[in-house]
Order: sequence, then structure tokens, then C-alpha cells
Amino acid sequence: MNGFFDLPSDLQYGYLGLVGLHLREGLIPVLAGLLIALPVAQLCVRFRWVYPPVLGLTTVLYSIPSLAFFVVLIDYFGQSETTVMVPLAIYSLVVLVPAIVDGVRSVPQDTLAAARAMGFGPVRRYLQVQLPIAVPAIIAGLRVATVSSLSLVSVGMLIGNQGALGNMLYSATTYNRPALAVNSVLTTAVLGVLADALLVLVRRLLTPWMPPTKGAAR
Amino acid sequence: MIRIDSVTKRYPDGTVAVDRLSLDIPDRAITVLVGPSGCGKTTTLRMINRMVEPSEGSILLDGRDIRQQPVNTLRRSMGYVIQNAGLFQHRTILDNIATVPRLLGWSKQKARDRAAELMARVGLDTSLAKRYPYQLSGGQQQRVGVARALAADPPVLLMDEPFSAVDPVVRKGLQDELLRIQDELGKTIVFVTHDIDEAVKLGTMVAVLRTGGRLAQFAPPAELLSAPADSFVEDFLGADRGIRRLSFFSAGSLELQTAPVVSVDADAATLAARAEAAPYLLVTDSDGRPLGWSEPDGLTAGAVDRDRLLDHGRPFAPATDSLRAALDGAVLSPTGWAVAVDGEGRVVGVVSQQVIGEAIRAAHTRVARDSAVKAAR
Ligand SMILES: Nc1ncnc2c1ncn2[C@@H]1O[C@H](COP(=O)(O)OP(=O)(O)OP(=O)(O)O)[C@@H](O)[C@H]1O
Ligand SMILES: [Mg+2]
Repeated sequence: MNGFFDLPSDLQYGYLGLVGLHLREGLIPVLAGLLIALPVAQLCVRFRWVYPPVLGLTTVLYSIPSLAFFVVLIDYFGQSETTVMVPLAIYSLVVLVPAIVDGVRSVPQDTLAAARAMGFGPVRRYLQVQLPIAVPAIIAGLRVATVSSLSLVSVGMLIGNQGALGNMLYSATTYNRPALAVNSVLTTAVLGVLADALLVLVRRLLTPWMPPTKGAAR
Repeated sequence: MIRIDSVTKRYPDGTVAVDRLSLDIPDRAITVLVGPSGCGKTTTLRMINRMVEPSEGSILLDGRDIRQQPVNTLRRSMGYVIQNAGLFQHRTILDNIATVPRLLGWSKQKARDRAAELMARVGLDTSLAKRYPYQLSGGQQQRVGVARALAADPPVLLMDEPFSAVDPVVRKGLQDELLRIQDELGKTIVFVTHDIDEAVKLGTMVAVLRTGGRLAQFAPPAELLSAPADSFVEDFLGADRGIRRLSFFSAGSLELQTAPVVSVDADAATLAARAEAAPYLLVTDSDGRPLGWSEPDGLTAGAVDRDRLLDHGRPFAPATDSLRAALDGAVLSPTGWAVAVDGEGRVVGVVSQQVIGEAIRAAHTRVARDSAVKAAR
């Protein structure tokens, strides 16, 4: 009962169960953030004046503590995973929107002119030229967003056992078992590192066209 | 034919980039737009494929206003090559070249077969097919740019300073390659450059634009060099236009002398006879290839010291070279005589600076007479 991976029963999950829950609560918001950020970023690229206010808004939202979000969201979603994930998705925007905008803008003028001259319409140009060339920048953004999201999941413990691995921190004090806290922190860190490594791998697979010198810079 | 009909382009900030420009761009020939930086060359070129819309005037393609067809259909029927190639860095060389065929709905296989065929045509080894643009040299990338523009076999090719970012040796190779491809394919090419030498070398017709987007002169290169319309064109052509103009006169009509040419294994009698003919003798090897010049006294029958011969300079080939090459050969030769060779590099005769000078004067008289006849009609 006192093993490193033996968890108190009021956590409702075994160790691996908590890991799965943690991944779900940490990664779904990033995915949702990406789906929101893509069109928003495209708007910012098409209409330059949209970008500064969008950037300002995401920064303001980022500065709101998650606890404040919880207070509002509990009225709608109760003490649920959704209540934890919505603020995380919103936080991811502050990284993802600028990353995508910069990535899309970094496509050389010559390349765009060539695409236009060859008869690419705006949609084709976006999907077949701008987006693929922005992949390295987008994945760089995703790495930051993913790692921070995975570490932020833990605050979910504040609204009653919705913090996945973070809940172990709470148990650590309740049952006076510091090992649980150590376990929580270490596991969260390992998940972050693994997710990051996975994204680097994905980047490598998606961008065989990048010069290795650039790719080597992590 | 592409007819540019009193086209003006005023950018939103008020800049007049092109001012009432009219040009008839002939089919199946290279028309070069040349002029100083900012004179509206790129703007003119981009109005032809509607990347820029004229403020006034119209552009006709085979008699039809280019605005009458969907813009992307128009663009896919015109190849476009730019400086630095503008390749898609995220696509392989083969897929870059296959771009327009794919847009036109060709199957992947057919487009790639076509792309491979074009790689060969522009002188790219097919082993480069699977590489990405960053793995190619600037010259190779530019060839890919040309291949990509040719992929869907468009009748029109628009080229915007395509060779200006590569070093002179590579540039010359690309220019020669373009001329060769043009000989085979006969496209209607509009070629932008700010390099007058490139314009003169490539152009069937050359349009000189001046700052402010006005046409200064539109003429074949030889005419440009012999009769610049005004001092702007004259200055733009540069100081040595007289010499460059010689490129347009064939060296074929030069009267060659064979008397000053002797073989290394000539006997004493021949040497003595030839010594009368000229102050210097050109010695050839037994195959007839030039070895060098010598004063007749320095030659002993059967024992010619090859190391003591004077360098013979660069020979020219009367069949294919111009008077410019002949004159160059004569100027560089220590004796003032140029060496003429056949396709195999065997000496067919020698010619003095004086004779070349006479030929140049004769050529000029001929041109003046021809243009007087033309003007009288
Ligand atoms: N989008 C634009 N908005 C405003 N002015 C422009 C724009 N594009 C070009 N110009 C101006 O129009 C003029 C002609 O430009 P253009 O690019 O056609 O010149 P160019 O002959 O191609 O020059 P270069 O040899 O330097 O490429 C220049 O004065 C340029 O500053
Ligand atoms: Mg230009």
C-alpha cells in the first residue's frame, strides 16, 4: 500500500489511469487551441490590422488565473474535465496564434509570387504552399503549448479531483505521503519531455525538406 | 502575338511605373525588356499574366483581351521564371517541376514523367529528382525554375531577371541553354533584364525602357547598337557598343590568307618560299592545328623548337563566329594576325587586323545602305 505507484483509492484511478487522464486533459486543449488558432492566424495574415488586437486579447486572457476561469465555468460545466480544459485551450492561443502567423509570414515573397504566377488560387496557396512551409514554426509553437498545458492540468485538483496527476499532490498532504508529490511532479515532467520529443519527431517526418543545420537547432 | 496597347500602371501610392507603353511582342521569339532599376520592367511583365492590373490601356493575347479568360487559366498558360527561382522549398525537384501539370489535373504519374523529361531538357541530371531545393546550387535551382515554367508546355514564357543571381560563368551557360531550348521549342518569350549584354545576346527584339516607365526604343539588337534612338539609349548601351555590335556581323566573309601558314614538318624549300609571304609564319602541327607564330629566320626545317614559338592567341571559326571574335583574336595575337580554324580546330587561314578593319567598314556600309533602302520604302 505504500509503494511508489500505489495510490490512495479516493483518487479513483490507478497510476496509469491518472497518466491517461492527464494526457487527455492536457492534449485535447492544445488540439482545440490549434483548430481555433489556424483560422484566427489566417485572418491576422490576410488583414494585418486584425493581428495587434488579437495578440492583445490572447495576452489578456492568458493573464487571467485559471481559478477565475473555474469560478465562471463551474456554473456551466460543473466540476468536470471540461472546466479544466477550456482555460488550457485559451492559454494555448497566446503561443499558437503568433507562431502560426510568423510561420505563414515567413514564406518568401518569391515563393508566393511564383505560386500566384502558376495559377494557385488563395485557398490552394494557403493549403499547399503557406501552411506546409509554416509547419516548423507551428510545431515549435505546439511544443511550448503542449509542455505548458501538461504542467497546468494539475491545477484542476482545485475543483475536486480534476487535476489528474495533480490530484496526487493533494493526497500527498492528506495522507502525509511526500512520495506521492514527488511521483506527481516527476511523472508530469516525464510526460512533458516525451510529448516534446514526439513533436520533434513529427516535425522531422513532416519536413524532410529542411536543411539539416536548421533542423539541428532544437 | 501579345499586344500591349498604351498601357499605364499607376500604383495606389501614385507611382507611375509604366507610362502609355505600347509594344507588339512577336510570336516564337525572345523579346527583352531592359532598362535601369525601377523603370517598370517587372510591372510590365506582371501585367501580362495579370499579377498586376493595368490602370489604363489593354493587353491582347492573339487578339483577345487577357481579361476575357479566368485569371488562373491565363496564368497556367504562361510559364513564369523569377530571380532565385522561387522554388517550393517543401517539394522535391520533380514535384516542383510537376506543379502546373498537377494544377491542370494531370495524373501524378503523367505529371512526373513529364517533369523527368524536362529535367533532361534543361540539362539537369535525373538523379536530382528526389532532392529538395536546398540541396541544389543556384544555377541548378534556376534550371529547375525554367523546367517548372515549361512543364505544361505553355506557348508563352515570362522571365524576370532569371539569371541575375548566379555568377557570370553559370549565367553564360544558362543563357546558351535558353537559346538552345528556344531553338527547339519556339516559345514566345518575354525576358526582363537590366543587363544590356544579356539583352543583346538573347533578344530577337529589345525594348529599352527609361525611368518613369516610358519606352525609349524597340528594335532588334543590331539596330539598337548601330542606331540608338537618343542619348539615353546610347548611354545605356555603354561605351563599347561599337565593338559589341561586331557580334552581329559574320566572320565568314573575311578573306583568309594561307601563305603564312606552315606545318612543323615543312621542308627547307617550302619555308624559304613562305618566308617571302609575310613577316611572321604560323606553325601548325602535322594535323593542321596551330602551334604558334615565328619569324621566318627562327625556323629550321625539320628542327622547329616548339617552345620558342609565340602564342597564337584564341583562334576563331569563320563559319560560326562573328567579326568581334575575329577582331578579338587579332588584338590578342602578338603578331596582330588572327588565326581562323574549322570545326575540328584545324587552321584554315590567317587574317590581319587591317583586313578585319576593312571588313568592318564594309559591313557598316552595307547596313547603312540597307536601312536607307528600308527607310525609302
Ligand atoms: N506594389 C507597388 N506599390 C507601389 N509602387 C510600386 C509597387 N511595385 C513597384 N512599384 C514602383 O514602380 C516602379 C517600377 O517598379 P518595377 O518593379 O516594375 O521596376 P523594375 O524595372 O522591375 O526594377 P528592377 O530592375 O529594380 O527590378 C518603381 O518605382 C517601384 O518603386
Ligand atoms: Mg524588377
